[in-house]
Amino acid sequence: MQAFTVLNGLVAPLDRANVDTDAIIPKQFLKSIKRSGFGPFLFDEWRYLDRGEPDMECSGRPVNPQFVLNQPDYQGAEVLLTRENFGCGSSREHAPWALADYGFRAIIAPSFADIFYNNCFKNGLLPICLEATVVSQLFAELTAGYRLIIDLAAQTVTTPQGRVLAFEVDANRKYRLLNGLDDIGLTLQCADKIRAYERQQANKTPWLFMS
Amino acid sequence: MSGKTLYDKLWDAHVVDTETDGSSLIYIDRHLVHEVTSPQAFEGLRLAGRSLWRPECNLAVADHNVPTTARQFGIPDPIARLQVETLDNNCIEFGITEFTMADPRQGIVHVIGPEQGATLPGMTVVCGDSHTSTHGASGALAFGIGTSEVEHVLATQCLWQKKAKNLLVRVNNRLPLGVSAKDLVLAIIGHIGTAGGTGYTIEFAGSAIEALSMEERMTICNMAIEAGARAGLCAVDEVTINYYQGRPYSPKGKQWELAVQYWRGLHSDADAVFDKVIEIDAACLKPQVTWGTSPELVIAIDETIPDPNAESDNTKRQSMVRALDYMGLNAGQALTDIVVDKVFIGSCTNSRIEDLRAAAQVAKGRKVAENIKVALIVPGSGLVKQQAEAEGLDEVFRAAGFEWREPGCSMCLAMNADRLAEGERCASTSNRKF
Repeated sequence: MQAFTVLNGLVAPLDRANVDTDAIIPKQFLKSIKRSGFGPFLFDEWRYLDRGEPDMECSGRPVNPQFVLNQPDYQGAEVLLTRENFGCGSSREHAPWALADYGFRAIIAPSFADIFYNNCFKNGLLPICLEATVVSQLFAELTAGYRLIIDLAAQTVTTPQGRVLAFEVDANRKYRLLNGLDDIGLTLQCADKIRAYERQQANKTPWLFMS
Repeated sequence: MSGKTLYDKLWDAHVVDTETDGSSLIYIDRHLVHEVTSPQAFEGLRLAGRSLWRPECNLAVADHNVPTTARQFGIPDPIARLQVETLDNNCIEFGITEFTMADPRQGIVHVIGPEQGATLPGMTVVCGDSHTSTHGASGALAFGIGTSEVEHVLATQCLWQKKAKNLLVRVNNRLPLGVSAKDLVLAIIGHIGTAGGTGYTIEFAGSAIEALSMEERMTICNMAIEAGARAGLCAVDEVTINYYQGRPYSPKGKQWELAVQYWRGLHSDADAVFDKVIEIDAACLKPQVTWGTSPELVIAIDETIPDPNAESDNTKRQSMVRALDYMGLNAGQALTDIVVDKVFIGSCTNSRIEDLRAAAQVAKGRKVAENIKVALIVPGSGLVKQQAEAEGLDEVFRAAGFEWREPGCSMCLAMNADRLAEGERCASTSNRKF
C-alpha cells in the first residue's frame, strides 16, 4: 500500500450530500475480478453523457462539461471536498479503488459512511472529517488553483491563507497509513493470541468449534 | 457499575487483543463470501502465498450477479460468468463450502445464512456486503466489510475494529394491521436520517419488536445500514430459539442445549446504559413509501410529495430538488397518484417466505395492472422458492400476471439483466435507492 505522509494537493469540490458508492463507481463495473483500472469510470454517470460499460475505452466518450472533474481548473486534483455521509449505500471497496486509481489521495467531508471510511485506509486514501461549518467555509473560499496541505503525522490541514485545521484519526490507522503497512502481515504477528482465544472459546462456546 | 448492552456483551466475547488507541482485534465466527467482493481478496492471498486460517468458518454463494431466468443455459454475460466461475474455482482451491448455482440451497447470502443456521445467535458474522446487518436479528454481531477486510478475515479469522457507540431504538406498542416491519424501519430512517446511526450499533427493542417474527426482525436489521449503522441487533428470545431449532448448521443434541443456555443471556441488562435512545410509537405508523433517491426521502402512503422550498437546510433542499427531477415528480403530488412502470418483490430485505405469503395474499384473485411492463417475484433462496411452490404461491403470482424467477439479488443491485430503463419508476421491496 502507498504510504501517506504529507500532501500538497489541488482540491476539487463536489457539493453534494449522501454521495453513494454507486455514484462513485456504478454497479456494472463490479463484475471485474481485478482491483485496478476503475479510475476512468469514477463517477461514471455524472462524468460522461453515455452509459459506461466494463472494459470500455473512455478517451473518446462524450463528457458532461458541467461535472466538476471535467473542468480545466480541477485537472490533476488529489483532494476531494464534499458533503456529509460520503460513500454510503454499499460496502464495495471498488469505490476507494476508483478514487485512488483516478488520483485522489484525500477526501474531506463532515462525515463518511462507516464501511467506506474504513475501506479508504486500506488503499492509501485518507478520509478527513471536519466540522460541517468548516467544510462550508472551505467550499466558500475555494477558487481555481486552490490547494490544501495535508500532514498526516501532525493531523492538520493547512489552507492557502495559512489557517491550520486539526483532524482526528485513530492511532492504529494512522501508523499503518503513514508507513504503508500491510494489515494481514501485522495481524499474523498476533497468531499466538488468536490461537489462545480459540482454545478459550472452544470451552465456552464449543458448538462453534465442532468441525 | 452499570450493566452491559447486548452489543457490549457480543463485543467483549470476541476481543482477542486491544491496542492502546482502543482498536481491538475481533474474532470472526462466520464469514459469508459472494462473487462480487471476493475475487480480489483471493488473488491477494495467492500473491502473498497465504492460506485460510479456518476454512470451515467460511460459506460461499453466488447471488449478486446470477441470472434469475433460464439457469440451465448458464450466465450469458461473459464478464459476469467469469466472476461466478472465479468464485467456484477459488472455493475449490481454498477448500470453502459453496452453494453453487445448481444447488437448491443457493440464494441471497443474507437469506441463506439464517435459513441454514449458518449464522447463529452470539456469533460475529461478516460478509463483503453492507446488508450483513441482517444477521443481527438473531442476536449476532453482524456487519459488512470491504474486500481488503475479506482478505484479512480469510487469512486471520480476525478484524481490527473500533467499538461503536450504543443506540437503542425502542419501538413501543404494536404495529397496526397492514403496517409491516419494512414500514417500521423506513419510518425509523425517516426519523433519524441515513446518517443518524453512523458510528453506532443499533439495538431494536420494545414491545413492537418482541412481537415480530425472525423474518420480520431480519427486515428491520437489514436496513440498519440504511440508517448509517454498520450493525443492527435484536435480543434473543423464544422466537429466536424456536427459529434455529433443527436448522442444518444449528448445533445438535447436547451442543444445542449448551448453546440455548448461552443464548438466553444475549440481551441488554436492565441497567445497561445506551449513548442514545430513540422512542417510536408503532401504533401511529402507516405504510411508508420512499419517493426519491435516498431511503430517508420517505413519507406515509397518505401524504403528498414534500416541497423542497419548505426545507431550511440548503444541502438537503438541493438533494430534494435533484431527487424530484430524477424521479420526474412534483412537490404536492399524492403518492397514490404516481404511476409505476415495473414492480420488484425480492432482495435481502423482503424475499423470505413470509414476504411472499404477504404478497400472494394481495395478489390472489387480482391482476397486475395493464400499464405495468414487468412484475417480478424473486425468491430469496432455492428453499424459499420450493416452499412457496409447495404452498401454491407461484400459481397465485403467475395467475395474477407476475413473473416467477430464480433466486438472487436481481433488480435491487441490477448487476444481472434485471434492471430499469432510464425514466422508469419501480415499486420495489428492496432496501436502497440506486
